[in-house]
Amino acid sequence: MDHRRAPRTVIDPKVRHVGFFTPPDRSQSVPLPPSSTSSPPLSNLSPSGTSLSPVMIPPPRHTSDLITVPDGFAPTRLLSPLQRFSGESVIPVGSYNPSEFASPSVGDFFEEKNPRSPGPRRSRGGGGGGSGKVASSLPAGGFEMPVEVKPKSLTTVSVVSSLRPNVTDKVGEQSIESQDGSGANSKQPLKEKTSKAERRALQEAQRAAKAAAKGGNGVVNMKTGKVNNVQKKDNASVAATFEKRVVDHKDKDRKKDVPHPRMQFDDATRVEKAKKRAIVKQTEVRNRVELFRHLPQYEHGTKLPHLEYKFFHLNSNSVHPAVYKVGLRYLAGDISGGNARCIAMLQAFQESIMEYSAPPEKALNRDLTAKINSYVSFLIECRPLSISMGNAIKFVKTRIANLPLTLSESEAKANLLSEINNFINEKIILADKVIVRHAVTKVRDGDVLLTYGSSSAVEMIFLHAHELGKRFRVVIVDSRPKLEGRLLLRRLVGRGISCTYVHINATSYIMHEVTRVFLGASSVLANGTVYSRVGTACVAMVANACGVPVIVCCEAYKFHERVQLDSICCNELGDPDAISKVRGRDEVNHLKDIADNENLQLLNLTYDVTPSDYVSMIITDYGMIPPTSVPVIVREFRKEQIWSS
Amino acid sequence: MWWRSASFILDRNDNPPQPESRHLTPPSSHMADTNPNPNPNPNPINNISAYYQTRAAHHGVVTSDWLAQAQAAVGRDQPSDSDTSLKSSASEKPFSVIEEFNNWRKQPDLAEAVAAIRALASVIRSSEANTIAELQSELKSASDSLKSWDRTSISLTAGCDLFMRYITRTSAFEYEDFNSAKSRFLERAEKFGEISYKARKIIAMLGQDFIFNGCTILVHGFSRVVLEILKTAAESRKVFRVLCTEGRPDRTGLRFANELAKVDVPVKLLIDSAVAYSMDEVDMVFVGADGVVESGGIINMMGTYQIALVAKTMDKPVYVAAESYKFARLYPLDQKDMVPAARPIDFGVPIPSKVEVETSARDYTPPQYLTLLFTDLGVLTPSVVSDELIQLYL
Repeated sequence: MDHRRAPRTVIDPKVRHVGFFTPPDRSQSVPLPPSSTSSPPLSNLSPSGTSLSPVMIPPPRHTSDLITVPDGFAPTRLLSPLQRFSGESVIPVGSYNPSEFASPSVGDFFEEKNPRSPGPRRSRGGGGGGSGKVASSLPAGGFEMPVEVKPKSLTTVSVVSSLRPNVTDKVGEQSIESQDGSGANSKQPLKEKTSKAERRALQEAQRAAKAAAKGGNGVVNMKTGKVNNVQKKDNASVAATFEKRVVDHKDKDRKKDVPHPRMQFDDATRVEKAKKRAIVKQTEVRNRVELFRHLPQYEHGTKLPHLEYKFFHLNSNSVHPAVYKVGLRYLAGDISGGNARCIAMLQAFQESIMEYSAPPEKALNRDLTAKINSYVSFLIECRPLSISMGNAIKFVKTRIANLPLTLSESEAKANLLSEINNFINEKIILADKVIVRHAVTKVRDGDVLLTYGSSSAVEMIFLHAHELGKRFRVVIVDSRPKLEGRLLLRRLVGRGISCTYVHINATSYIMHEVTRVFLGASSVLANGTVYSRVGTACVAMVANACGVPVIVCCEAYKFHERVQLDSICCNELGDPDAISKVRGRDEVNHLKDIADNENLQLLNLTYDVTPSDYVSMIITDYGMIPPTSVPVIVREFRKEQIWSS
Repeated sequence: MWWRSASFILDRNDNPPQPESRHLTPPSSHMADTNPNPNPNPNPINNISAYYQTRAAHHGVVTSDWLAQAQAAVGRDQPSDSDTSLKSSASEKPFSVIEEFNNWRKQPDLAEAVAAIRALASVIRSSEANTIAELQSELKSASDSLKSWDRTSISLTAGCDLFMRYITRTSAFEYEDFNSAKSRFLERAEKFGEISYKARKIIAMLGQDFIFNGCTILVHGFSRVVLEILKTAAESRKVFRVLCTEGRPDRTGLRFANELAKVDVPVKLLIDSAVAYSMDEVDMVFVGADGVVESGGIINMMGTYQIALVAKTMDKPVYVAAESYKFARLYPLDQKDMVPAARPIDFGVPIPSKVEVETSARDYTPPQYLTLLFTDLGVLTPSVVSDELIQLYL
């Protein structure tokens, strides 16, 4: 069905439909016969009900918003062939869609006065109709707007002006503005006009919605009490959406500087743009695996010298030296592990905030956000962000945004610094202690504990259990190319814990003697999926098959509300050389001379996802929870992060 | 690999060979002095779960193993020191939680946790504290002494914890004067007691909807909630049939069948090992729970796990009826990962001392084998238990 696409061409694509808004195409594709519509009186109101296909917009819940403005122009380009064909018989039932009504007061009855925005859309159904009408009905209110019967052709503007006297003050302002917009539009070609007018209307609506949200719906005309009640809810949600959108708009210019954290790297134009902005110059690897083309992969070793060189040519306001240093260390691989990276980043931010002073004409919280954004984009260039870092950045930004404007600069800075300090202490360091306390209760005498790779939380658990005098043995499973397990092995053996070291190939053999599997995680997603170092899923699956409980230790700040089903869509690609070559062993480096062969694609994944079925328990700072409870924690945690200040 | 597994080591640690041979059938001469200690305060050391003693006393199941148990309690237990210390503290103070608790506990219909909740409420009532902090610490010590009275009872521990959470979870205390705060404490405490007391009725109303005419229900153990559900269903003229397991070792199934026969529900008794045999004629399985743990699984009388496994294999729904005060912040990973609750078993014949006996009284059923939980919070899927617990405790 082509007409599914039709509304898209009309709607400003930036409007996202969230919540319970009825998507416009749904009702479009399921045309209701006029008799079944929820407001039969409307069809009576239609002046030319018989010949004209009555364009009805019977929103099931929001009857007062009925507007039908079939204007003259026949937007055939918007119609699917089918629709055009059945133009007379099909009665597209316009859905109520707050975003398309978008007008200052969705709860306001007078929104019909701004029919510019809905106008062009209405025309879809009534393309064949001769006259336009503005029909409105109120189910309960008893207030009815006079039905405007207008001759065809672009009636929208005149409707606006004719109705303006009714408008309450605030709305009046807006409609003046909007009229300006539409006036300008009339000089332009039709196609242009619709879209522009819409965009215009949307912007106003957003502004108004914001105002309404702030002023407690002061704009809303209260004549239609009951309906208003129904709509207030909507209004609020619309307002919320729009508020967000408005903020987006404001940030738009700034956002241009920041590449999207999950940019699709198979989009050539975007990559091009991103490259122009990039501070770090890096060349991309040529032969990439088809499925992973959307992920960035750079040739190793090209960035670091360049960056080091560039350090002395920095202009003062782009990247703070502390951030620069951290970025370099990410790049070199000096700092790895979710917690270490996150703490390093936060401390760099602290340092930069300490030395920050707002430019005279700018507000601190706006300018600082921009600063942080530019730092973050630099860090992304060095190494893609981990989810834990993303959460920490979100935290810092909300804290900056929530700073009271009354604070002086030094107070604000002190406030921020202590907030970040608290975050590091409570969410990372203290959280780890709590996790250790919970986890040692699951270690019994005689246990054989298996871990994969090197997780700081798991290491602490082992050490603490050892301190408590529990008798247990540790199996460390490791894998090429990073061989992180060796460091862990060294530290554990140094403390006198009896360890076994195997490579991941031997997992299935060793698993039979294991009684518990402890794993770290880079992140835990809302469906309980564990996002962790590549190989974790394999270990967890083998453990599950052998009936060994799998325990994932992860601080709650690493939880994310995203859902991920595979490890393809979001991942990080490592250096392909790392798997094609073995350093120091020339006799096995058979791929040396064909590394650039286009038939050879090397894939060095960094992360993988473990489905929640294989996880018996997740230990967080909120206690031991089943993987199904991750969304609960995410909900509570977010609440705390956003509202408590 | 069993010799390498930790559970084996655990078994060895936990079951020190007992000196006396296991003539668990008591000599008849002891029948006379088997007046069960009205205030049994068993040490965790003596391997008998107080929880099951209470239950046995309530159910009036005076079987030979119960007698043995009582005898063991009399013989082996030198009057435990904690008991005397409590007594002495009781003599200093006019009020003792444990006594209050025991008073409540004597009512056969009252669950242990509800008795504890009532006892804690009366702690508040009779408290002579002058500040909120004092009152809170008094409550804390009372609930601690209740919890230590019997560590094996999950519902007692969970009930005390929940009570503490429930009544102290108002932030308005700081702004009030002491008396109004205290009365609010009391109000909340009584409300909580009331909720807990009514829980069984609510569950019965919710649960009986799942019983349809002509269905066959398998029941394991003696659960007062399940009995209430079945009674409610029978009262609303539903026609159904119940299969009762025997419920070794304390034969709770016999008593359950007895209760059902009183309300004219057709009952059939099975020995515990006949569950798989008769599962194909069963439409649903109803069990109670000693405790509901954070994973959504349940800890219940020994045998529940295998019934749930069989039911899962044969695609029969397993319904659990449990009051919300049994929700505990525990997360067992496997069967051995629990506070051991032992119960002597009467085999009817002497058992050589070299032979080990598995005396554990309960097992853990993981959530994937359960279909729904009927609680006073509503009918929940197992995964919701954790949500409720997080919201209660965080």
